[in-house]
Amino acid sequence: MLKYDIVVVGGGPAGLAAAIEAKKNGVDNILVIERDRELGGILQQCIHNGFGLHVFKEELTGPEYAEKFITELKNMGIEYKLDTMALEIGEERVIHAINTVDGFMRIKAGAIILSMGCRERTRGAISIPGTRPAGVFTAGTAQRFVNMEGYMVGKRVVILGSGDIGLIMARRMTLEGAKVLAVAELMPFSGGLTRNIVQCLEDYHIPLYLSHTLMEIKGKDRVEGVVIAEVDKNRKPIPGTEKHYDCDTLLLSVGLIPENEISKNAGIALDPVTSGPIVNESMETSIEGVFACGNVVHVHDLVDFVTAESKRAGKNAARYIKKEIKADAKTAKTKPGEGIRYIVPHMVRPENVDGTLDLFMRVDNVYKDMNMIVKLDGKEIKRMKKKHLAPGEMESVKIKKEDLGFGEDAVITVQLEKEGA
Amino acid sequence: MEKHQLVCIVCPMGCYLEVTKENEEYNVTGNKCPRGKAYGMKELTNPTRVVTTTVKIKGGLLNRLPVKTKEAIPKEKIFECMKFIDSIEVKAPISVGDIIVKDLLGTGVDLVASRSM
Repeated sequence: MLKYDIVVVGGGPAGLAAAIEAKKNGVDNILVIERDRELGGILQQCIHNGFGLHVFKEELTGPEYAEKFITELKNMGIEYKLDTMALEIGEERVIHAINTVDGFMRIKAGAIILSMGCRERTRGAISIPGTRPAGVFTAGTAQRFVNMEGYMVGKRVVILGSGDIGLIMARRMTLEGAKVLAVAELMPFSGGLTRNIVQCLEDYHIPLYLSHTLMEIKGKDRVEGVVIAEVDKNRKPIPGTEKHYDCDTLLLSVGLIPENEISKNAGIALDPVTSGPIVNESMETSIEGVFACGNVVHVHDLVDFVTAESKRAGKNAARYIKKEIKADAKTAKTKPGEGIRYIVPHMVRPENVDGTLDLFMRVDNVYKDMNMIVKLDGKEIKRMKKKHLAPGEMESVKIKKEDLGFGEDAVITVQLEKEGA
Repeated sequence: MEKHQLVCIVCPMGCYLEVTKENEEYNVTGNKCPRGKAYGMKELTNPTRVVTTTVKIKGGLLNRLPVKTKEAIPKEKIFECMKFIDSIEVKAPISVGDIIVKDLLGTGVDLVASRSM
């Protein structure tokens, strides 16, 4: 059986940052397991720019951002295995993995960092009616075909969902000579960053239909058209509002789900809202010594935030190895209040907080001119003014460690309040 | 006085800008950083974008090499540049930052590789 102090499952931005940070914190014996043929994860297909503004103070493309971390990882001599699939996490932190060179492996880890990222929701996940022809892709799959493999996926395109990948693919397909006829979004607001609506749709005069859904896919062998209709406030289609589009391709950008099959089988407790593990301030899951970071915990909109979160996981995994984490410290639960969908981390042990506690959250609707208020056992400890809030844009709050004094069973809430209310 | 509502695209903050023009002078409000001010003015006078795309590569791990314009190029030149970039083929190995095309179509901006392969 192989033995490592820390095993990182997934070599994307989360896994790379976690492994590097663990090494910087004094753990030498680290292995990164990656199922793809190279490191970098989904960043390698995200050839657009806009990455790294927080971390590097410059605007990088996905591959450039990834390469910085890959180079650092290699220079630090951190071990990694490509084309290797982690199958299972068993008792006592033993990972089962397989590849064509080593065969089946059992790897004993002092600590595990889960960084498997997320996957796209597919046609099956949203039950789209109609025939089942070729030409229906998730936006990310199309992105990989176009940007890495060199295949164009269609000429006349309709996009369902206005997540960031869908918006970016609307521009990408247009630049590559396709005609993007429409982007339809079920909600009355876009799920993507506003900057992407501007530079991917408005720049190229691509219409965005909010409160619209897909009624039907037409075509037997290949997509021949789709029907889109407006929905009412209960998200039910309004008869008579159908629009028909002649197209050969439908791209789906209808949400991402953390990739937690391994976590589930290992018995790690998951949050039904994020679909990711329940974690504490150290990014440790419900199983001691198993940490998680990045999109496997909750879907981030900026890789910069993934990097920051993963560094925290890497550092704390190293502290765990060095027995510097107090497992039985006083614990507070975080609880989303009015207007907040979820908060990560779910539990906080102030004794283990390193300087400041970062809470990450998403709001449940579009809001303007609000106050975001953090309360500890009903007492306000922080208040921030927010001009504009949207579910597509992750919010964060920093709380000083000294503001976290509390007794047993404390609750930290974050809520929104109308300014002036 | 002219008034324009814009969303800043310089960074993911997405500030809501209001740009007013009075006597040939632009005034930007709503920006949280100086880059937003510069963007607001530029967007109304000479809008530019960084273009990211791919070129054919032979002998690499993948079939396409991602590239980007090193600086932003005028918006109206994007499709012309895309057409030109379409004709380019490079050979591995390539390092990140390598110049693929110098002075792309007279824009004064180089097309560079955005990964090593």
